[in-house]
Amino acid sequence: MELKFSKKSDRILKTVGLVIALSVIGGASTLYYATLPTTLEPGYQPKQPVPYSHKLHAGNMGMDCTYCHTSVLKAAYASIPPTQTCMNCHTKVKEKSVVLEPVRASWASGESVPWIKVHRLPDYVYFNHSSHTTVGVSCVTCHGRIDQMVEVKQVQTLAMSWCLECHRNPAPNLRPVQFVTKLDWKPDGDPAVLGREIIAKKGINPPVNCSGCHR
Amino acid sequence: MIQIEGIGNQTGKKFWRSLNELSSTPKFRQWLGQEFSEGVTELLDSGSRRRFMQLMAASMGLAGLTACRRPVEKILPFSKAVEGLVHGAPQHYATVMSIGGQAHAVVVEAIDGRPIKIEGNKNHRLSNGAANVWAQASVLNLYDPDRSQKVIEKGKETTWEAFQAAFKGMDLADGAGLQVLSGAVVSPTLAGLRAGLVAKYPKAKWVEYEPLNEDESLAGTELAFGDRLRPQYDLSKADVVLSLDSDFLQLDNPGLNVIREFARRRKAVDSMVPAGHAGAAHKPSAHGQEHKAEPKEPVAPAAAAVGEPHAVTPASPGINRLYVVESNFTLTGAQADHRLRLRSADVSSFAADLAREISALPQGLKILGQSDKFLTAVAKDLLAHKGRALVLAGPRQPAQVHALAALMNQVLGNIGETVSYTRPTTAASGSGIVGLAKEIAANQVKTLVVLGSNPVYTAPADLDFAAKYKSVATTIQLSSEVDETALASTWHLPESHYLESWGDAISSDGTASLQQPLIEPIFKTKSAIEVAALLATGTTGNGYDLVKAQSKLADSAWRQGLHDGIVAGTQAPVVKPVANSKAVEAAVAAAPKPAPGLEITFFPSAASYDGRFVNNAWLQEAPEPMTKVVWDNAALVSPKTARELKVEDGAVLSLERGGRKVEAPVMIQPGHADNSVTLTLGYGRAKVGRVGTGIGYNAYALRTSDAMGIATGVTVVKAARTYTLVTTQEHHDQAGRPIVREASVAAFKEAPAFASHEDEHVELIQLFDSFDYSKGNQWGMVVDLQSCIGCNACLVACQSENNIPVVGRDQVSKGREMHWIRLDRYFTGGEDDAQVVYQPMACQQCENAPCESVCPVAATVHSPEGLNDMAYNRCVGTRYCANNCPYKVRRFNYFNWHKDIEEVSKMVFNPDVTVRMRGVMEKCNYCVQRVQEVKIAHKVAGRTPIQDGDVLTACQQTCPAEAITFGNINDPNSAVAKLKSNNRNYTLLHELNIKPRTTYLAKVRNPNPELA
Repeated sequence: MELKFSKKSDRILKTVGLVIALSVIGGASTLYYATLPTTLEPGYQPKQPVPYSHKLHAGNMGMDCTYCHTSVLKAAYASIPPTQTCMNCHTKVKEKSVVLEPVRASWASGESVPWIKVHRLPDYVYFNHSSHTTVGVSCVTCHGRIDQMVEVKQVQTLAMSWCLECHRNPAPNLRPVQFVTKLDWKPDGDPAVLGREIIAKKGINPPVNCSGCHR
Repeated sequence: MIQIEGIGNQTGKKFWRSLNELSSTPKFRQWLGQEFSEGVTELLDSGSRRRFMQLMAASMGLAGLTACRRPVEKILPFSKAVEGLVHGAPQHYATVMSIGGQAHAVVVEAIDGRPIKIEGNKNHRLSNGAANVWAQASVLNLYDPDRSQKVIEKGKETTWEAFQAAFKGMDLADGAGLQVLSGAVVSPTLAGLRAGLVAKYPKAKWVEYEPLNEDESLAGTELAFGDRLRPQYDLSKADVVLSLDSDFLQLDNPGLNVIREFARRRKAVDSMVPAGHAGAAHKPSAHGQEHKAEPKEPVAPAAAAVGEPHAVTPASPGINRLYVVESNFTLTGAQADHRLRLRSADVSSFAADLAREISALPQGLKILGQSDKFLTAVAKDLLAHKGRALVLAGPRQPAQVHALAALMNQVLGNIGETVSYTRPTTAASGSGIVGLAKEIAANQVKTLVVLGSNPVYTAPADLDFAAKYKSVATTIQLSSEVDETALASTWHLPESHYLESWGDAISSDGTASLQQPLIEPIFKTKSAIEVAALLATGTTGNGYDLVKAQSKLADSAWRQGLHDGIVAGTQAPVVKPVANSKAVEAAVAAAPKPAPGLEITFFPSAASYDGRFVNNAWLQEAPEPMTKVVWDNAALVSPKTARELKVEDGAVLSLERGGRKVEAPVMIQPGHADNSVTLTLGYGRAKVGRVGTGIGYNAYALRTSDAMGIATGVTVVKAARTYTLVTTQEHHDQAGRPIVREASVAAFKEAPAFASHEDEHVELIQLFDSFDYSKGNQWGMVVDLQSCIGCNACLVACQSENNIPVVGRDQVSKGREMHWIRLDRYFTGGEDDAQVVYQPMACQQCENAPCESVCPVAATVHSPEGLNDMAYNRCVGTRYCANNCPYKVRRFNYFNWHKDIEEVSKMVFNPDVTVRMRGVMEKCNYCVQRVQEVKIAHKVAGRTPIQDGDVLTACQQTCPAEAITFGNINDPNSAVAKLKSNNRNYTLLHELNIKPRTTYLAKVRNPNPELA
């Protein structure tokens, strides 16, 4: 019987098939890994209108987080300070600095300084700072070593699976409340052991159901 | 409709929702049987599905391009901090809303400076923490994009400065020819400015006009007592109540305290039988097995009822009895134990007959024969409860009926007990406009200032006010809407909302409240006080200074008044009048005999009120409590009158009176009086906004100054055209199962747990292992059918709290309404002697929720606190859950209802609740955002357990009748746990064993054995 196709065409067909299969798998996995929160989220570091250095203020000078983020222990939002808070010092300190010009302009005009949001949660997530900080979850758990950052950068994924890791096992991330804003604090011994003590003492039982965070 | 055999109602009652259902045609049964009504899944209008696919494809392509960048969000803190403001934390301020001569004390919640939610003020006697539909919905008016925003001079936009300059240029001299027309002046500051105006311009006049007023009531007390007095009711002491055409529970409500007192006396029925216990609801099943006691049911002590939240002590007087004589079937009629359908025009004859029967008037010839049995029974009951009875008359009734009511209350010894009288300092008057119209006709008015009213629309038709208004040389109108009067005015000025301006108000019991703004005026608007100050002093002045100066309060008392929402010690003193029976007798004899034949009655709208709320989409979409009509008003007639007029639902009536004609779509109302047509005011607006323009018919066109309540001498014929009213009364069928349960007091005494006896006795099957709900907070709810009056306050409160979208008339007709709570209205009895039971229906939070097991993406799952959580961001919109819900409480977003919303309207959203997208299912979640807020607050404050009453759902908080109780059923001392062990407690569709967390307390009526 005469062959309609040569053996060569069969080989070409197989090669083409393999290439298509590989590129589909490759494309899909690239897309998958490229869009994972771990790939997309950490490392986000937008340029702010004023190069405010947390390293200088919170790190070197040791100002407490709550000096500016006043409602972090009592409300849902930690609150970004009003220009007034900057001007408490900067009417006397570096009052002619060029980089502080937007702050002075804001103070004079009454307009806001347009800070860029770094840590962003979807609108359907109702995260409450106070319910975390008052039981001993430190700033550092979600925001990293802010006191060492010249410009603030996102270090965690802030993805739901990441939230749930801690909600299912909060012990390693708990500390006495007075050390919540001490970002370099280390416990003596195993943090999980101390965490379990805090859980028992405070009756901590983080929600893992939908309405805990979504309303 | 599936009729399940063997499920009977022990009381033998048949419940129905519409005349269609009562007659039950095959076509109607087929329509009902559909899970989603026909066309509900049709995405857009025909032909547009392809376009939809194109748009979807295009947006996918665009999404691919734009998704590469993370969206940049900005945080904009204040430059100078605002003292006490915490971002995202709610703040509460007391203020007062004045409508139509009534003052409603409210507490407003603001988040980040935006008022978003209205509640009642607990400090105010008339509110007790409750708020009515209009107060609840008023926050939407604040953000109405159709609000008047600019000063308009002869159709051209201009500025306040231009108006002020023009006003200065007007030569008003001694005020001759200057007139001011306003609504009821309940504000002392405005009254002070009025005095100032008259002092400055001695010949100027200020008249008041309210289309819905208390003229007849005050004229009635003047007839009886020789003094214009306002009745103050105390229904807590009334054992027998007779309403003479008064819808005191809804449209003619003098204060929410009346509803609360009435409802408490209805609930007092529980004191007439031994208290229930936890096991009452559980009894051997048909197979002789004991039901397992559910772990959630706490075992309460036998005397649980004693400590109930709405305390019914052993000495409680028990349930009251309500007789209602009325033409329209009102919500008060729905609560009646006995209701007499009577033309409103004949109520005066009934009142006179009754007065003779109880010897308040000398015996004479009785006018009505046919209602003898009813009349003698009522008379006997009233006489048997001297000092503990009450007769009320409605504002549509003429003065002599109010005088008769006052006289009867005196003869029965009720004055000082169930009713007392105060001398009103302010009153809603409807007569001022007649004199004004005469003076305009006589060319005596040169400048007319209208403050916050719309007389061109609301004035009596016989005054021909629109033409007269245009004939005045200079007309200046202040109004929050560019309305009919605005178009006819020389100057139109935009008015501030009450949440934007300073003011004050005297409520009907004399209590003074201060009105404080929660937000700066959103647009360039001014309040009536500021404009009146301009008239009186030449400068607009500052609202705060004017109100504070008028109040004459010291700083501390002023601050206390602002904080409390009331100024202490301002309640009007009670006067002790004596009725003159001779004068009343003469008035009754002199009153003209009502003409026979058809009558028209004019009722306020449950949504638009007198027309001022017509542009409020929440109110328009709330189904009218009795007819369940949305976005419209109907002409209501009885089935018999409809047959005589040869009309059916969908027909249009042409009503003519004195050469004036109105066409109105007819709705056949069971229980309506024959020979009477009820018309609803407040619709048919020629010019208002995108919501309210052109919906319904204008009943004002038939309302003349001599017949503001009841009009006879009407010609009614069927019009050629037809019109389909959209009503939700037949949506969400329950397939004939015993959903509402009701008994008489006698039956209740015999079998206190009658409601749970009606459960179908089957073996309860558990499909999977149940979760341990015995620990922590376990949320539950009890809804008392005994006290629910069906007023819709909960529905609007829920809409406001939970960002529930409005879908519009066409979409409601397709069954796409989004309300999380609905007020199911069931009729019992025949079409003439119909009675009504209301049943609020929201998600029942089943422990074995049928919706959860069918969700393919686990978008609806249970919380450990017993809530049926809904994760919107997971939902893919299969609608399996709605299909599997036996209570029909899930709502699907067929469209993105929020898509075309204006920026300013977005300010009304509650930031604590997700705004849902298209393709997402939603439903009641027991206000989980409020639960979480309280839980977090307790946690932050240091772990005190949540106390009963700390968490209030939005529906519960606003309910004037206290029909909804919510709380932790694991706490045996909580109000909700105690009610769960009440005798009347029953579970809907108990046989399904889905263990809903919401249960109901059955209704008990108190019929008079003599009328049985």
